Amino acid sequence: MKGNEAIAEAAIQAGCRHYFGYPITPQTEIAAYMAKRMPKINGVFLQAESEIAAINMVYGVSAAGKRVMTSSSSPGISLKGEGISYLAGSDLPALIVNVQRGGPGLGGIQPSQSDYFQATRATGHGDFHVLVLAPASVQEMASLTAKAFDLADKYSMPAMILADGTIGQMMEPVLLEAGEQKTYEKPWALTGTKKKRKHNIVTSLYLQPDELERKNFERYKRYETIEKNEPLFESYRMEDAEICVAAFGIASRVSRNAVNAARAKGIRAGMIRPITLWPFPKQAFFDAAKQVNAFLSVELSMGQMIEDVELAIRCSKPVTLVNRAGGMIPAPEQVLAAIEKAAGGENK
Amino acid sequence: MIVAKRPESLLAVPTHYCPGCTHGIIHRLVGEAIDELGIEGITIGVAPVGCSVLAYNYFACDMIEAAHGRAPAVATGLKRADPSNIVFSYQGDGDLASIGMAETVHAAARNENITIIFVNNAIYGMTGGQMAPTSLPGQVTQTSPYGRDVTLCGYPVKVCEMLSELDGPEYLERVAVNSVKNVRAAKKAIEKAFRNQIEGKGFSLIEVLSACPTNWGMTPQNALKWIDDKMIPYYPLGVYKDRSGKEA
Repeated sequence: MKGNEAIAEAAIQAGCRHYFGYPITPQTEIAAYMAKRMPKINGVFLQAESEIAAINMVYGVSAAGKRVMTSSSSPGISLKGEGISYLAGSDLPALIVNVQRGGPGLGGIQPSQSDYFQATRATGHGDFHVLVLAPASVQEMASLTAKAFDLADKYSMPAMILADGTIGQMMEPVLLEAGEQKTYEKPWALTGTKKKRKHNIVTSLYLQPDELERKNFERYKRYETIEKNEPLFESYRMEDAEICVAAFGIASRVSRNAVNAARAKGIRAGMIRPITLWPFPKQAFFDAAKQVNAFLSVELSMGQMIEDVELAIRCSKPVTLVNRAGGMIPAPEQVLAAIEKAAGGENK
Repeated sequence: MIVAKRPESLLAVPTHYCPGCTHGIIHRLVGEAIDELGIEGITIGVAPVGCSVLAYNYFACDMIEAAHGRAPAVATGLKRADPSNIVFSYQGDGDLASIGMAETVHAAARNENITIIFVNNAIYGMTGGQMAPTSLPGQVTQTSPYGRDVTLCGYPVKVCEMLSELDGPEYLERVAVNSVKNVRAAKKAIEKAFRNQIEGKGFSLIEVLSACPTNWGMTPQNALKWIDDKMIPYYPLGVYKDRSGKEA
């Protein structure tokens, strides 16, 4: 199964019956899959007139209390930014998938991780976060999609799958486990009052500054809980590591090979792979900094996650960027060379 | 004797609208339609960005606030989430005919089964009186201080005429609320727009020519007269599309 298709099928299995999207490479398989499947399961597939319309349709369905998603690729996510801000400001859950391509501008259509800042810092205007999950395999495209729906409902906020063109297009075997779906009470949902309750209002508008401030503080209180309880990461060969590679998504697959190659050469390298990019697994890196001599941040961008690594370790150890950009992918040899260079100080 | 009373689907709260503004009348007509059709408990309203941004505080049904121009997309989501609900958006001219034109046109093209109340007062009210997509040629506003110069800013958008060229929409009518006679016609049109949705007929949009004395710089009386003298000649009242009506 293709990575993009795995997202679509996992979403359906997670109870999502509403999909809105607009064609853009390299995520179109998600829409195509939904277009085929949704009508057969009494779901809704709608090709919107724009990314902007799509995210606002998502806003409408989410406000009605139903699981809903949209997917796009980098330039399209920029267009959705306003709507994502409204979702966050109205405390609505939804899933947004970004199968990243190179940027800025129209950029290219080859894989990239250059929307890391956008996803983790500023998907839209205002003070807010979205949950960001970064799959590194087709299996994770499926399992993290289910997880994202669950977290979004649990914390009443938007969640994003931050994938890239490679994982989206890649074919791997995938085990789809329907699993049991938790259901969440949504007393705020717009379901019609039936004249039995006071009307529900979904809005992000608070004209009194003290009220808006209170809302923001409340939201950030919730974010604190998330930062404490929800960071996910994989620790690979870190037990005795002296060099720690930080990498997510496709970069982590390249890095894994490089770590193994370094080990074969007697270099004690390991990897921490963030699975949630927000909340970022700060503690894992902070703890690793006590043990390792140096960090490498391997990215398909001009260096974005490296800032989170440096922040997490309070700049206590050197962090070197190993990167390709614009749709290029680092080769394991490039990462290995960087590991060797970082290890060079003590080993030789 | 008929005693005038507040429609049940309008809450007993003060509104923020300016003296002489006709939003109050239009809210009332929407409220009366909801009451008379008995749909308050299943209706969800979408408020826009603009003067009626706080409409969600005034209607007793479930309400949502949309981003600027996106109300038809939000309404589409709500309707598709549960087609048994009645979904309406309430939008001004800047919201519907400028920043939200794409959403408007495509909701109409899809014959989305929603009801849109389009309040056209030919000006941006909330932000203090800037030129709107529907400001008349020569109309003086804050951003057309020498009058709307059509050689520079182009011509006003005639929404009903434009949408009537589409195969999609079910029902398009332009009404006004500047006289008793016009208010009566507006009430009928708004009710029909909701009834169409109940009957599953599809996209209904009622354009309501509305007064903005504050930003037009007129007394309320002169503003109502300005609708007769200036707006209606440019935006003729009437039914622009009534698909089922024609077939009948």
